[in-house]
Amino acid sequence: MLRLENISSFIHTSLSNHLSETSVLLLEMTIIALAAITLFALLGLILVLMERKVSAWIQIRLGPNRVGPKGIFQTAADTLKLVLKEGFVPDGADKFLYKLAPFVVMIIAMILLAPIAFAKNFAIWDLNIGVFFITAISSVSVIGILMAGWASNNQYSLLGAMRSGAQIISYEISAGMAILSIVVLTGSLQISDIVASQSNGWWLFKGHIPALIAFVIYIIAVTAETNRAPFDMAEAESELTGGFHTEYAGMRFALFFLAEYINIFIVCAIGATLFLGGWMPFHIGNWEAFNHIMDYIPSSIWFLSKTFFLIFVIMWFRWTFPRLRIDQLLQLEWKYLLPISLFNLLLITLIAIKGWHF
Amino acid sequence: MFEQVSTSENGELVINVGPQHPATHGVLHLLITLNGETVTKLEPNLGYIHRSIEKMCESLSYRQFIYTTSRMDYLSSHINNHACALTVESALQIEIPERAEYIRVIMSELTRMASHQLWWGAMAMDLGALSPFFYAFRERESINDIMEETCGARLTMNYFVPGGVMYDLHPNFVAKVKEFIVFFKSKIDEYDELLTGNIIFQNRMKNIGIISKEDAISYGCTGPTARGSGVSCDIRKIYPYSIYQKLDFDEVIEHGCDSFSRYQVRMKEMRQSLKIIEQLIDNIPKGEFQAKTKAVLKLPKGEFYTRVETARGELGVYIVSEGGTSPYRIKFRSPGFSNLSALEHMVKGHKIGDLVAIMGTLDLVIPDIDR
Amino acid sequence: MGTEELIQSIQSMFPDASINMGNNFPELVIEKDSLLSVLNQLKSEPTLAFDYLFCETCVDWKSHLTMVYHLDSTRFRHNLVIKTNLDAQAPEIESACHLYRTAELHEREIFDLFGVKFLNHPHLRRILLTDDWKGHPLRKDYDDPINMIKL
Repeated sequence: MLRLENISSFIHTSLSNHLSETSVLLLEMTIIALAAITLFALLGLILVLMERKVSAWIQIRLGPNRVGPKGIFQTAADTLKLVLKEGFVPDGADKFLYKLAPFVVMIIAMILLAPIAFAKNFAIWDLNIGVFFITAISSVSVIGILMAGWASNNQYSLLGAMRSGAQIISYEISAGMAILSIVVLTGSLQISDIVASQSNGWWLFKGHIPALIAFVIYIIAVTAETNRAPFDMAEAESELTGGFHTEYAGMRFALFFLAEYINIFIVCAIGATLFLGGWMPFHIGNWEAFNHIMDYIPSSIWFLSKTFFLIFVIMWFRWTFPRLRIDQLLQLEWKYLLPISLFNLLLITLIAIKGWHF
Repeated sequence: MFEQVSTSENGELVINVGPQHPATHGVLHLLITLNGETVTKLEPNLGYIHRSIEKMCESLSYRQFIYTTSRMDYLSSHINNHACALTVESALQIEIPERAEYIRVIMSELTRMASHQLWWGAMAMDLGALSPFFYAFRERESINDIMEETCGARLTMNYFVPGGVMYDLHPNFVAKVKEFIVFFKSKIDEYDELLTGNIIFQNRMKNIGIISKEDAISYGCTGPTARGSGVSCDIRKIYPYSIYQKLDFDEVIEHGCDSFSRYQVRMKEMRQSLKIIEQLIDNIPKGEFQAKTKAVLKLPKGEFYTRVETARGELGVYIVSEGGTSPYRIKFRSPGFSNLSALEHMVKGHKIGDLVAIMGTLDLVIPDIDR
Repeated sequence: MGTEELIQSIQSMFPDASINMGNNFPELVIEKDSLLSVLNQLKSEPTLAFDYLFCETCVDWKSHLTMVYHLDSTRFRHNLVIKTNLDAQAPEIESACHLYRTAELHEREIFDLFGVKFLNHPHLRRILLTDDWKGHPLRKDYDDPINMIKL
């Protein structure tokens, strides 16, 4: 059966047969970089279309349906439009930072793709501190947003950036706690280990109620971290017109836009890996026949369907809830989520020490 | 590099909200001073859509000037026209047929519902919930279709004329309105499910934008804005015009004085409007739809004032006549203009996010303010 | 209180002023200098309690301007119109916005369109027209070179 790991190992062995070790490494890195960029663009296109279709479905309308069958080329057409638009720099802006900011945001989003296990034995870099790497890198993206807000020389952008800074830094803690609770249960920071530990059941089910709480907190925190409604304080189009990207147009805006969607994909992928077993198929106890059928579905499909389910949930939030106010947002984090997640971590540690989990 | 960001003397940030801003729903310009995120000063800057309707009316005849009023508060154009028609009729002492009265009230109440629906969607959009807008427009569309059939227009109707209404009702009208009543009754509960009970929404609305009863009166707030503060100011009840005194409906008054009360008033008003239409729709009397009037209307010398309740509050039409074919002076006391003056009082000390929410609950229509 | 009684009680309060019934509301004509004291008494007198200024406007009679105040009582539901004449050349009157906050914007509008100067108004500036607009459009002597209607 065609599996992604077979493809990657086939490429590796066929290259190794002909070339020296260094050139194989270089060539593979190039391939991976190209693949990552392709994936980045592809994911952006798919997710934007998905967002528009989901919102249309929620809002009793049709959504894009003109460009291509069922409107599937709509985002491609939009991207083309954005590429062709003039990318201007507002008067009085800090030109260097203004131009740098979208790339910082985008590159960070791309780096985050590295440790994610897309399928069985298929990750760009399965490093032993995978989860830690993701938490560390993802918090850097706030610098890009602050840069954009500051450099635009616009009050709305500045306010948006400041909000975003306060928000991302706050919610990082809760997200970190939620991730930590699974690390405590597994005893490893490596993504492949975390997935392997769920071969007999997903942590969401194995970890009793504390794991469920951690999952809910994780979803809330990452929604805030990715600046999605109801926590889209940084953009808040009805208040700040566009927040930190008010002054951006053309491809620079498109990069922010893409990065937002890639970030959603990444956090949902991490969520699926930590709580929903990553690429592990869904198994039920002793139902041998059922489990066998589930095993037959390729691991990449499992991973993607879980991820897209979570993405759908986050989109569902966006199109249902009104926005919070900035002080309510910080209140929610520091007064409710943080104490709960700290206490929850304690419970999880107890469960892990006593071995109460399944 | 930061010299160009304008700050006030004590280092507070000065921001122009509008005239092009998603939350002002038109070309309102607010100059706000921010301390961090908190609004310390707010100054409305009007006139971006000022057409000097009052000056125009001085050159228009008493039949013509009514049409300019559809362009004031375009969301309750029927009611604006009603006010003008009533002023002219009361000055000339024209008895209008009962059928016309019934049609006018039904149309006014349909307009009120359509206006509140748009407000509901737009206010939710200000708060960041984008979906309610589409739900509100689904219902509003059916009202617009009903209007279009009878009046030929969907926004600026120009259907009420001195002496009655311009044409008779479309044959489908009664059936369609009845259909709409049944349809909307289920949908208005959906509105509550979608937004009213939402915890985030309630936190954004409760205890925000407080204006006490005394202040509301002093600022001249009318309509749902004042009724949310416990002021009884529904002109349909206190100075009944047309056939409102014969109808059974309640004046909705809430005592919370905050944004949520104003929200509740409008939500309940939609149900009251439904109640009014239900009473009338089966009993529209047969007969003429327009009284016989002279081709050229000449108002007697004197001053005439009419007050009606639009979807946003009290609309006053003040005509000073010198006995000619056009008004000597005309003044429209528009509800939005006075409601806007209370905005600074409500917003001071709140966050910029609340500014948007409070403006949403005031239901400002900018052409109504600027005239 | 019926309209007749209302007229009588107001007449007894202000014996100098003339009050008569208009088409819709009783009309009280006063001197412009006594405006604030009249408004103050009408507002604070418990049996009248005119606490709501629902319309404030101005009419240009060429020879003079007339300020028109429409008052309402939210407690008793009776109305009163106060009129006072201003000089056409240099119209000046005390601002009512310390008694009725709604007057603030209305007076700015009247200042803008009629050029009436309101004394003690917190920030009397043009509101609807641009700051550098010449003339006051609702005055009868205003020359309107491009009148869309008369064209």
